Amino acid sequence: MNIEQQDFYTQAILSMAALVGLTSFLMLGQGRLLRLIFVFALQGLLLTLTTALAAYSLNSPHLYISAMMTLILKVIFIPWMLRRQVLLMNMHRDVEALKNNTAVMLGGAGLMVFSYYVLHPIVQTSSAIMLNALAVSLSVVLLGMLLMISHRQAVAHVVGFMAIENGLFFAAIVATKGMPMVVELGVAFDVLVAAVLFGIFFFHIRTSIDSLDVDRMNRLHEVDQ
Amino acid sequence: MIAAYLVLLIPFAGILFFAFAGHKQETGRLNVRFNAVTLAATVWLAINVLNNGTLLSSGKAFIVDSFNVYLIVLTAFIGLTTAIFSAPYMAHEKQLGKLTEKRLKLYYSMYQGFMLAMYLVLTTNNMGVMWVAMEGATLATVLLVSLYRTPESIEAAWKYFILCGVGIAQALFGTILLYYAAVQIGDGDNALLWSVLFDNARQLNPEILEIAFVFMLIGYGTKIGLVPLHNWLPDAHSEGPTPMSAVLSGLLLNDALYAVVRNKMLVDGATQSNLAGLLMMGFGMLSFLVAALFLHRQKDIKRLFSYSSIEHMGVMTFAFGMGGPLATFAALLHMTVHSLTKSAIFVTVGHAAQLAGTQNMERIRGLIKTQPKIGWGLLIGTVAIAGFPPFGVFTSEFLVLLATMHSYPWLAPLLLLGIGIAFAGLFRHIQPIVYGEQPEGQLPIKANLWPVMIHLALVLWLGLAIPDFLANWFSQATLLISGSMPL
Repeated sequence: MNIEQQDFYTQAILSMAALVGLTSFLMLGQGRLLRLIFVFALQGLLLTLTTALAAYSLNSPHLYISAMMTLILKVIFIPWMLRRQVLLMNMHRDVEALKNNTAVMLGGAGLMVFSYYVLHPIVQTSSAIMLNALAVSLSVVLLGMLLMISHRQAVAHVVGFMAIENGLFFAAIVATKGMPMVVELGVAFDVLVAAVLFGIFFFHIRTSIDSLDVDRMNRLHEVDQ
Repeated sequence: MIAAYLVLLIPFAGILFFAFAGHKQETGRLNVRFNAVTLAATVWLAINVLNNGTLLSSGKAFIVDSFNVYLIVLTAFIGLTTAIFSAPYMAHEKQLGKLTEKRLKLYYSMYQGFMLAMYLVLTTNNMGVMWVAMEGATLATVLLVSLYRTPESIEAAWKYFILCGVGIAQALFGTILLYYAAVQIGDGDNALLWSVLFDNARQLNPEILEIAFVFMLIGYGTKIGLVPLHNWLPDAHSEGPTPMSAVLSGLLLNDALYAVVRNKMLVDGATQSNLAGLLMMGFGMLSFLVAALFLHRQKDIKRLFSYSSIEHMGVMTFAFGMGGPLATFAALLHMTVHSLTKSAIFVTVGHAAQLAGTQNMERIRGLIKTQPKIGWGLLIGTVAIAGFPPFGVFTSEFLVLLATMHSYPWLAPLLLLGIGIAFAGLFRHIQPIVYGEQPEGQLPIKANLWPVMIHLALVLWLGLAIPDFLANWFSQATLLISGSMPL
């Protein structure tokens, strides 16, 4: 079926999926921490809009609560906390040198293709929107992991971690109209606690190695020195 | 069902109590009491299940059957004995000036938080809540791993946080796929309930569940410490406070494996094949062999035993993956005896490290001369964990071997080889530690070795004769998991 023949909701969700995927790629190639955080907040905003859209179109009001939680956590609280840390550490001028930007971006593209490949068996059981939405969310998860591997700053790791959560939320909302409320509340609680703990850890890492560069955390080794 | 609610409410009260009451002299003993009351509640729960069969709470939110009830009792038991050990241990650490009162308050509060998360993983009927509780366990322990605030402990905690957080996110993706498959056949509200899923497992889409299981195995497997996702485990164990290592090894790894097995039961029902089992066997065997080799090159005593944990979790994953009544029975027994032995070993290791003032094995020597109880405890514990008869670990490993020879004979030599390598790895390190020359200036410390003695006695008992009710219990659980009775 062509995309023009789909209803408005399907078209909107597919566009949202594309935009969410795009923000993941933008984050992957981003060297400046403040911009990285901004793009992350943007992704959170897209997620909020998707949730609200799903709540309106599918007539499931409990998704409005999910949308509110996403807005407060992912668009306001976590970016605010990260931004504060970056400014406090005076890292906003640092450009994080990605070792091989081109290879990382190509790797990201490969991961997206891989996500479609992995989820292809699902295509028999569902519509095009499901396959696309699930594949994009899986690729957002994998791109988040790649972001964590390719960046050295602890702040970037947290952004990657939270982007993974974004991908999972997107899958939950689009594929299944959201998880049961108790699970969503539980997950949101976990994310909130994780964010607070990350704040505490920034403080400790900074006092212990005087930087947030994770490459300098290298005391624990398997191999003798 | 009241007993099940009590099991959850008491630790919850514990978190609040320790968080608000602050730290006092007697906090350690209060922690023991909290755990003792929970243990009493779990025993009550177990008796209920024994008499009435599977319990399902009215809203279907909680399920207690023969599989999880014995794990619940085991969790409470180890929680109690570790609490008994941790009270004087933490007091001693405070005397040494390594910890402040504020940190101890955090420690006791999070100890209860960890216990709560463990009970929630075990009792919940909702696969989503199970994930939330598992992640909650990570969050509760991550600050405990960095309790000493040394650069090493912060590094270990960061690794633990990131690796387990990212790893377990994969399990959530698996859970979402499971939910997606379930919504296609039923209503959305009950679609994540394990009891509902299990009853309708045959109708679930096998292709989606296969993909979902891969994600779940990777996700929860990070928490089990399966190679190659095990990197956080030795670091977290070696840098965190010792009571934490005891409960992490004894309880957390078990519960993660429990989550995988619950999911495997669903996937087996849907696919009607042993695909999930083969994946588990592969990962299990790899973890077992790699960890056995890594035992040889350790320098830190706590790292040594954390690799031993990875090795044993590998055996269990392998046995559960092999399926079949005998292997499943062996895996359940191995879960029990490994938890008991490993937590006992960590208690003695903690005392040994306090005695020597270091965790470096080259500088812990002559324990039997300095403080014979600790030395003998460590020696007997190591003998037990290495799989010597007549201890229970021997029995369960022997049963795993029997099942392997029956179903996959060509894997049996690998299993034997791994057991041999691990045995050599443990004893080459432990022998000089207990028998070697005693260094100057080591004084006996105040140690509470009751937990060790009780645990090791139980393991010995399980090796000599499994009591009827327990054998019956394991058989019921085996029937639930593998569909037929052992023996």
